[in-house]
Amino acid sequence: MSTESAPGPQSGVAQDLQQTPRVAVSALVTNLREYGLILALIAIMVFFQFTTSGTLFKPVNLSNLVQQNSFIIVMALGMLLVIVSGHIDLSVGSVAGFIGALAAMMMVIWPLGPLSNPLVVSIICLIVGGAIGAAQGYWIAYHRIPSFIVTLAGMLIFRGICQALLGGGSSVGPLPVGFKALSSGFIPDVIGPLTLIPPTVNAAGKTIVGSGLTLHITTLLIGLVAVLAYAYFGLRARRTRERHGYEAEPFSLFVVKTLVISVLALFLVYQFATYRGLPIVLMVMGVLIALFVFATKRMTIGRRIYAMGGNAKAAQLSGIKTERLTLMVFINMGVLSALGGLIIAARLGQAVPAAGLGSELDVIAAVFIGGASAMGGVGQVIGAVVGGFIMGVMNNGMSIMGVNVDWQQVVKGLVLLGAVVFDVYNKNKG
Amino acid sequence: MASTILEMRDITKTFPGVKALSNVNLSVEEGEIHAVVGENGAGKSTLMKVLSGVYPSGTYDGEIIYRGEECHFKGIHDSERHGIVIIHQELALVPMLSIAENIFLGNEHARYGIIDWNANETRTSALLKKVGLKEDPKTLITNIGVGKQQLVEIAKALSKQVQLLILDEPTASLSEKDSQALLDLLLEFKRQGITSILISHKLNEVNRVADKVTIIRDGRTIETLIKKDIREDRIITSMVGRSLDNRFPPREPKIGETVLEVKNWSVYHPIHAERQVIKGIDIDVRKGEVVGIAGLMGAGRTEFAMSLFGRSYGRHITGEVRLKGKPIDISSVSKAVEHGIAYVTEDRKTYGLNLIDHIKHNITLANLPGVSRHSVIDDMRELAVANDYKAKTNIRSSSVYQMTGNLSGGNQQKVVLSKWLFANPEVLILDEPTRGIDVGAKYEIYTIIARLAAEGKAIIVISSEMPELLGITDRIYVMNEGRIVGEMAASDASQEKIMRAIVRGEGKKAS
Repeated sequence: MSTESAPGPQSGVAQDLQQTPRVAVSALVTNLREYGLILALIAIMVFFQFTTSGTLFKPVNLSNLVQQNSFIIVMALGMLLVIVSGHIDLSVGSVAGFIGALAAMMMVIWPLGPLSNPLVVSIICLIVGGAIGAAQGYWIAYHRIPSFIVTLAGMLIFRGICQALLGGGSSVGPLPVGFKALSSGFIPDVIGPLTLIPPTVNAAGKTIVGSGLTLHITTLLIGLVAVLAYAYFGLRARRTRERHGYEAEPFSLFVVKTLVISVLALFLVYQFATYRGLPIVLMVMGVLIALFVFATKRMTIGRRIYAMGGNAKAAQLSGIKTERLTLMVFINMGVLSALGGLIIAARLGQAVPAAGLGSELDVIAAVFIGGASAMGGVGQVIGAVVGGFIMGVMNNGMSIMGVNVDWQQVVKGLVLLGAVVFDVYNKNKG
Repeated sequence: MASTILEMRDITKTFPGVKALSNVNLSVEEGEIHAVVGENGAGKSTLMKVLSGVYPSGTYDGEIIYRGEECHFKGIHDSERHGIVIIHQELALVPMLSIAENIFLGNEHARYGIIDWNANETRTSALLKKVGLKEDPKTLITNIGVGKQQLVEIAKALSKQVQLLILDEPTASLSEKDSQALLDLLLEFKRQGITSILISHKLNEVNRVADKVTIIRDGRTIETLIKKDIREDRIITSMVGRSLDNRFPPREPKIGETVLEVKNWSVYHPIHAERQVIKGIDIDVRKGEVVGIAGLMGAGRTEFAMSLFGRSYGRHITGEVRLKGKPIDISSVSKAVEHGIAYVTEDRKTYGLNLIDHIKHNITLANLPGVSRHSVIDDMRELAVANDYKAKTNIRSSSVYQMTGNLSGGNQQKVVLSKWLFANPEVLILDEPTRGIDVGAKYEIYTIIARLAAEGKAIIVISSEMPELLGITDRIYVMNEGRIVGEMAASDASQEKIMRAIVRGEGKKAS
């Protein structure tokens, strides 16, 4: 099967090993974006930790931060796939608002009997979200209508329906406590809390809130298991690659990266454990992030989405059903927009006409800060998540500092522009 | 005799890895129609791009003397100022603008940036009269046919005070009637003293209008014939006359039963629904056989192959496809791939590769199930596959993690080939497999083709390079204007025979 001049299969490997030092440097350069992003997030966190005199990392504030921004990150997961496939979705904020209104009407106003159970309503809402995504994706995928236009129409349509459903300008609530847990609840401590320092009891016989130190053991355990799993799988993947003679990333870099991320994660988990434990919405988000990282990195559907975004014609001529794939990307976006809408409604405890207004821009900004290309074909789930957190931490930090909302927008805009300029500059240089 | 208007001396133009022109000489006299002929890729269009400043002065060697002065054109505007206007094969008109807007695009009658539409339209009417086009200047380009669009291009050239008009394959997409009208127009211009350079494949047209013919082959001037010496046979011999040395790997064909049969295949143009692009083609390929499809650009070969491969081109596709005697449905690319048919595109950058991804991901794209289980990709298996094909097809890169966008043409072609080899097809359609790649890489591609045939694959090679077809195929179909106009055993074929079948459209059926 081999030509006379063809080298054996090993020669490529040997060649690579010889080039290890050079490869190491180039790995650092090519991964600069990834590391740079995480470093930027850490730098921003440290900055606000100082400027807010330590408020940022207070357990209460961390819980707030997660609850305020989780819907952005959830929607950014879907938006990443939309943008990687070469499209855009402007309707996500309106769809989220509409779904919140729909959920509130079903649970509070309409006499649905057992169907108004929060869980049933949530499932129906996710299905409706998927249907909305399918309706928009149909025009984009099968009739080649630009996604910008279709979803701009969707943005108007679903905001309108949202407002109409709520009867003009009024809000609908309060929503059932069971539903609100999605955003404001914490996971139960099944193992039981560990009290290290008993809380101070005042003269009136009441405990002083925030005094003493009680740890949420379940939270700590989950955090510990997650960090160990992260390190283990990272190491195992490395080993396998090394066995095959391929390792682009130097070991030292790998260790530093794993350590930094693990320590940061453990610190955050500890902070949560000293308060009320992990927020439920953080768990939901974590599971979704893991799922999307896996789907984009390891599954055929993820690979096909990247191929389609990189060169749609070539993908089609390679037997990929690009129309169906585009439709699926938008259905996914619809479901995640619906989930985002449920999270917003659960946090507010009611449905309001302006719920999710303008959030599509935050979501899109998160994806672009995370290094996705507007041309399609490039972008990472982790990038979008970190991008979302960067936006969130800046929102939160500046609010605590008392920066005017107007100026917050200016700063966010500058960060978005800076991140993309950095990207383009890097690409042109490389 | 008239004076020499243009003299191009020792023009040499090199692209990375390819010498497109070497010491080409061309001398054109005032007021003549000078035809430049040659095979596809001979260097005609490159020569004209050098002349018109598309490749600016300094990017080539040699000198251009125009009206007795040495010229260094820095761009197309520069040459146009001197009255040299080129009309490209692909028309450069904006479809949604009117005829008048197109003619004066970038050159509007305007004062302080405000366009004087009356002046534009009056001038346009006058120009349209000159080229014999009866259309309102306000008509949109998209609403007139290709033949009329060609005339608009010429009117545009006239508006620039053209003295030397260069037409690159002007009649390639025109009907017989429109072509005649265009040639008459050229003769009319000649009477008015405008000099023309006509690039054409159609020797009957050259015969009719040209005063002189310069033949270019492999980037070299072969000869210039004057009117009385212009004969088709003489031109064909000069166009193709090169010796066949050891540019092809030896192989011994082992031809088995018929694998793919296509019967009465017809396709209509995807946009111009009334235009039939493929007109009832019958072909077949056998196991272990390499079949060539010869023809010039625009003969419909790519359109035929792509319409066959999952209806990727055209509409109202009719005809029958049989695989090993059984009719098969290949109405989508995935169905075609499932039936073991692969199409390796002629345009690897647009249709073949994801240029912003690396070699490994490109190779496995057409057969992801082959490296995954339950839709989860086995990274190590994928890596092994990629390395295997990198070695088999001899892709030169630092590793399989190199972006395909950074590879040379030959290596890119090997990646596309690898992709389809990994899909394990029975029938492989290769469209211009060696276009734009250097001689060494060509030999490697030929070796791969020979090996695949020896493994029992049925292979169709579409190529505009006749020596290539003669060197690597067992049987050759000749295609022209959407029809098969000739079929011959490769051992029986020659470049003259193929060229004759093409230009006369009357190929003989050989046994």
